[in-house]
Amino acid sequence: MVRPMREQISIVTGVLGADVHIIGNSILAYALREAGFNVVTLGIFVSQEDFIHAVQETAARAILVSSLYGHGEIDCRGFRDKCREAGLHDILMYCGGNLMVGRQDWVLVERTFLDMGFDRAYPPGTMPDQVIRDLRADLRI
Amino acid sequence: MSTNKVKLAVLVDFGSTFTKVIAVDLAGRRLLGTAQAPSTVDSDVTVGLHQALGRLSSQGIDTPSAALMLGCSSAAGGLRMVAVGLVPSLTVEAARRAALGAGAKVIKAFGYKLSRVEITELKNLAPDVILLAGGTDGGDADTILSNARSMAAAGLQAPVVVAGNKSVGPEAVDLLLAAGIDARLTENVLSELDHLNVEPARDLIRQLFIERIVHAKGLDRARELVEDIIMPTPMAVLRATQLLADGPPGATGLGETMVVDVGGATTDVHTVAVGTPTTPGVALKGLPEPRVKRTVEGDLGLRINAQTILEVGRAYGLFKEVPLAPEDLAQAVERRVRHTATTPDSDQEFAIDRALAAVAVAVATDRHCGMLEEVWTAQGKTFVQYGKDLRQLKPVVGTGGIFAYGKGYKAVLESVTHGDPMKLKPVHPQYWIDRRYILYAMGLLAERYPDVAYTILRENLEEI
Repeated sequence: MVRPMREQISIVTGVLGADVHIIGNSILAYALREAGFNVVTLGIFVSQEDFIHAVQETAARAILVSSLYGHGEIDCRGFRDKCREAGLHDILMYCGGNLMVGRQDWVLVERTFLDMGFDRAYPPGTMPDQVIRDLRADLRI
Repeated sequence: MSTNKVKLAVLVDFGSTFTKVIAVDLAGRRLLGTAQAPSTVDSDVTVGLHQALGRLSSQGIDTPSAALMLGCSSAAGGLRMVAVGLVPSLTVEAARRAALGAGAKVIKAFGYKLSRVEITELKNLAPDVILLAGGTDGGDADTILSNARSMAAAGLQAPVVVAGNKSVGPEAVDLLLAAGIDARLTENVLSELDHLNVEPARDLIRQLFIERIVHAKGLDRARELVEDIIMPTPMAVLRATQLLADGPPGATGLGETMVVDVGGATTDVHTVAVGTPTTPGVALKGLPEPRVKRTVEGDLGLRINAQTILEVGRAYGLFKEVPLAPEDLAQAVERRVRHTATTPDSDQEFAIDRALAAVAVAVATDRHCGMLEEVWTAQGKTFVQYGKDLRQLKPVVGTGGIFAYGKGYKAVLESVTHGDPMKLKPVHPQYWIDRRYILYAMGLLAERYPDVAYTILRENLEEI
């Protein structure tokens, strides 16, 4: 059952860096739309600047970064700082997927991304429902 | 020439230098004659018009009997516009594209909230029309409202077309109207990030052009003779390109088409083509492309900007055919910049103009066409496309003085294919030239008689 929102909230999704893995991102976008969000999908090969520009134009409340090819750590570096420079002080930032090559210890991976300024990080196999629940909690909707 | 049974239409272009007229027989679907006279926009526009019409009459064309007389204009600086948006690569670019599609000259584009310095600059630029965008529908509201407020406080004279976030568009219009500014609302030029929507803004700009700009530039005196001046000249050329590509209603045109207009001050490129990737597996990035697209290269003109062409052209290695030492070539170019009315009078002078035009065509199409970027991923090499893929496009039409009076124009047009293979330029185009300079006129005529305009275009454009 979709819980109606008072105003439709925009979320920007995309696959960061030189990464072509779009399927998980598309499934997530579908689930977010079903949950009542306005989803701005940027597709593959998205740069940090593309995300920031999209948020500026659409007044989105959250950035959801997918990264499957293992180079998420390098691609995400400095992203939060750039958002601050662009005036996006309150933007919620999540990332998920196969974020680091060969790293087995999820706690360490999560810590790395939280330290980079992400509000949440998700391991492979996360269901969209969990992301939606977290978004609702973090956005207080 | 007998004009019995002729249903005459006269199409007029009020240019900054010349007033050009073209007579057409609507019943016989043929071109009757063309003439021109120096423009007199600064004093009384009708003087130059009468003179040009007189020259048509001396060809045996009974101009007073014309059933239809329509005009377009690029005089008095053309339609000078400023585009204002939020992010430079998104709504600012969308606004620029809408203005260019309306045949305007975009003299400046601003992004984000306008600063006091920018507002002063905007006021000093004194544009004919301002296009105010910003925010997708339901997106950012602050910037467009802040900019409307700043414009209202500055007491701008120019009319403003508001084409931004629909949620606050009416509020932005009210702010401007309250300050006595002619503000008009239309649909967002970028309603969603992946949906470019330039047509409504383009149509409203054209309406403003007819209602206000024609009067402001003193062109309305011509209405004694001309039924209406219905669009800026570049828009008429864009309309002709569209007619060539799509054909008149109920018929098929040439398909994807490009028109390159090489002028004294600018080089314009028009394409009617979707431009989506023609190679499988290529990812498309960037702002969506308008199918009917016009770009203007303000630094590439055979006279006013000949110096820039020389500098850029050296990098392209396109001056090899010019039988001149580099110093002599530089002098010849300088002469063109100083005396913009220079017309070539020798084989050598023609060769210089041809070489300059070839560079203008090569560079302008480079900038208009899309490009591929090589990206290495964990799965190997792949490509990302920015802009339009025009590799399959066939008809490329050359228009402008160089094609009307020049010699060896095929070499000029062939430079369309010149450049980096990663640029998505036509690979095996067919070349056509507009020797009689009729494209603008057929764009105008297409408003009322698209089938006649199409027939005349097909019969008068020369395939070379």
